[in-house]
Amino acid sequence: MNSRVADPVAIAEQGAGEMLMEVRNVSLSFGGVKAITDISFDIRKGEIRAIIGPNGAGKTSMLNVINGFYTPQKGEIVFRGQTRRAMKPHHAVRQGIARTFQNVALFKGMSTLDNIMAGRAVKMRRNLFWQMLWHGPALAEEIEHRAAVEEIIDFLEIQHIRRTPVGKLPYGLQKRVELGRALAMEPSLLLLDEPMAGMNLEEKEDMSRFILDVNRQRGTTIALIEHDMGVVMDLSDRVVVLDYGKKIADGVPDAVKSNQAVIDAYLGVAH
Amino acid sequence: MTATTSAADSGLDTFPKYLLLNAARFAGRPAMRHKDFGIWQSWTWSRQLDEVRRLALGLRALGLQAGDNIAVIGANRPRLYWTLTAAQSLGAVPVPIYGDAVADEMAYVLDHAEVRFAVVQDQEQVDKILGTLDRIPSLRGIVYDEPRGLGDYRHALLHSFESVQERGEALLAADPGVAKAWEDGIRNASGDDVSVMLYTSGTTGRSKGVMIRSRSAVQAASDTAAFDDLDERDNVLAYLPLAWVGDHYMNYAQGCVSGFCVNCPESGETVALDLREIAPTFYFAPPRVFESLLTSVTIRMEDAGRLKRWIYKRWIGVAGKYGEAILEGRPVPLLARLDYALGKFLIYQPLRNVLGLSNVRVAYTAGEAIGQDLFSFFRSLGINLKQLYGQTEAFLYVTCQNDRAVRADTVGPAAPNVDIRISEAGEVQFRSPGQFAGYFRQDETTAETVTEDGYVKTGDAGFFDASGQLKIIDRAKDVGRLRSGALFAPKYIENTLKFFPNIKEAVAFGDGRDFVGVFLNIDLQAVGNWAERNNIAFASYQELAGHPEVSRIIAGHVDETNRRLSREPAMAGAQISRFLILHKELDADDGELTRTQKVRRAFVAERYRPLIEALYDGSAEKFVETEVTYEDGRKGRIRATVKITDARIHAPAERDLAA
Repeated sequence: MNSRVADPVAIAEQGAGEMLMEVRNVSLSFGGVKAITDISFDIRKGEIRAIIGPNGAGKTSMLNVINGFYTPQKGEIVFRGQTRRAMKPHHAVRQGIARTFQNVALFKGMSTLDNIMAGRAVKMRRNLFWQMLWHGPALAEEIEHRAAVEEIIDFLEIQHIRRTPVGKLPYGLQKRVELGRALAMEPSLLLLDEPMAGMNLEEKEDMSRFILDVNRQRGTTIALIEHDMGVVMDLSDRVVVLDYGKKIADGVPDAVKSNQAVIDAYLGVAH
Repeated sequence: MTATTSAADSGLDTFPKYLLLNAARFAGRPAMRHKDFGIWQSWTWSRQLDEVRRLALGLRALGLQAGDNIAVIGANRPRLYWTLTAAQSLGAVPVPIYGDAVADEMAYVLDHAEVRFAVVQDQEQVDKILGTLDRIPSLRGIVYDEPRGLGDYRHALLHSFESVQERGEALLAADPGVAKAWEDGIRNASGDDVSVMLYTSGTTGRSKGVMIRSRSAVQAASDTAAFDDLDERDNVLAYLPLAWVGDHYMNYAQGCVSGFCVNCPESGETVALDLREIAPTFYFAPPRVFESLLTSVTIRMEDAGRLKRWIYKRWIGVAGKYGEAILEGRPVPLLARLDYALGKFLIYQPLRNVLGLSNVRVAYTAGEAIGQDLFSFFRSLGINLKQLYGQTEAFLYVTCQNDRAVRADTVGPAAPNVDIRISEAGEVQFRSPGQFAGYFRQDETTAETVTEDGYVKTGDAGFFDASGQLKIIDRAKDVGRLRSGALFAPKYIENTLKFFPNIKEAVAFGDGRDFVGVFLNIDLQAVGNWAERNNIAFASYQELAGHPEVSRIIAGHVDETNRRLSREPAMAGAQISRFLILHKELDADDGELTRTQKVRRAFVAERYRPLIEALYDGSAEKFVETEVTYEDGRKGRIRATVKITDARIHAPAERDLAA
């Protein structure tokens, strides 16, 4: 664990200027429906970046553009210095983008351990033949990955459900396992789609703490979508606000909170 | 026993001395295990000595001195156990504190104990201490085990556990003589020094710091380890709070003197799983743990297939009949033995395996009364479950049961080398090897607790039954006397009554009166069920409670209760003379029960004064009107004529030899 503990002060300093991702003038439409219109923003290394907005504002679409699930009609995305218009999901993964989903997407019949192990698949080098043989280099590799997974289990405090099939777990714990699987990829950018959706207060508090810890201790850059304004304002370093597919504000939480356009959007002023 | 006496004579009167001895005699055997990252990590005794040595020297370099108090706060972790020995090796006194104490309570204890250092598990504890720092002027340093979340803390008082051990290591590397000097310090230490200070949980007022001397602690632990034949091959799972005397005694103290392996679970939630993996040989759990184990087994059996259910029912029946007799070595017919052996193969062993109790040689339960059925269930599976009675001031054991004389309703005869007497007032008092040296900074309270001739007052009322085992009946302050002088223990009578499923609540009166009178509540579910089966219609609790047939059933229970009381010479004088079934259920909303469902005796007595008068003036019935509060807060009145019934008093039985 120690090797992974990064000094947050150092992260904050080095990350202050360094750009991890830049979204430039992206537009996305489905047929005649404009989901995202000409949106630009950036994500800096080491920060927690929130994307918020009322229902249907285009938040999840934005996330899907970032991880390559949707290809935008206009605009481009710069990630780690490389510019591309379209990014395939598996490219995104190889480049270090991991995500969780609004509705938990785990293998319900598999244990917590196996689900998180699945997150390591992208890191495995041995081919299927060796892995089936379960010998020599494949075994050594498995042990190495298992060690990494155990660190995550320890980090997320889910030792007690290591062997439990995920389908049997309460919702809040399933969300935590999903976060674990995303962490297993050791992403440089972690996308969280409504990590608190459907949680009670206590589960939200726990999840907030884990998100902060992931950011601070593992030094992972996080972009998250969230409905719960209170949570967002407490967690994030910077917030971008979408409404009807357009960006209406971008900045530190306090500035965004007092922005009139944001207040109007959340209170539902007629457009 | 002889072996341990000689051990004490040979100068082994502190736990660090045992650490040196164990590192020599059990060098390669496991002293401690902790499940971390999914794997059981172990430390042998020689490695444990090395860990403790580096820690002790590091702590001394930080400024810890002989006579200082050092707090140990957190879950069961090897590093916290090592801190106990490391502190003791320097002549400092470890003060384990409950990790779940809120910041305010913790600050009180830290300040009261004048701790100079605190070794804590994690950020949670660090935050609590830093938040109340201004209240703990004596504190000079905080050492934390888990660095998680503490990365950006830059407090001058904070040190990581590793950094302290590294300091120690640097000192050892610089001068090889340091190790020898440290060991000499241990060998020259006196057994009269305080070994540990355990704060009571503080259910009655502020916590008190109970000081235990080294020699007493070692002597007590050696006595009970010998009593239960504990040695270096035993295994325990340390899952109860570190600050509780039970954990400190059973795991730390007994572990030091006998050299057994202490296993620390991965986390609080994994205890059941870890128990299965470790399969301890010595096990302690309060009754409620056994109860929840039994419940989970019962529920899972109900979901099983028909064949499995039949097998379970058939052989659990066999176990119930012969299991305890076989365990205690009493004569059992050969065929029954064979049947039991078959059951052992089919049910008992697999069940014990699932519960993690396969290897248990000795198991104890204590803390509250355990039901006979529950107790017998585990014993009939071949688990040597026994009872003990103890308290922090005794350094745990006051009484404990011998393998051959185990019963659910008593706590056993005096533990080895313990003297017990029952005072005039019926209070249990003891003198024991582990007896405490006093409360820290509370000489007055100490004087109130210890009698002039050196006995410790437990505050519990009890008596010895015919077989010489102690029975605890109530808190001493609740026990009174009838006018005849007979002992009146309300809770004992009430518990005996509540043993019947039909009786939900009972309130006994009698202190300073001519005889015992009792208010009863029937159990609406149990009695209602019976009424349904017998086609007795009723609309409310009041109606059912007033039914003559119900009254007859309850009278039978009261009679049986009196019969049981009559068998106890100490209790026979306070049998129930008259009782009534209350016309309403006692309810926390009306202030009659506490929120934890305990009867508020004085309040009930005041509220139902007319009924108490009727109990004692001989009337056969009484009309009462009572105000009740409904759940929505509205108030109403219920009126009823309550019938008062006389009960038969049984002659005190001849000494029951079977018991």
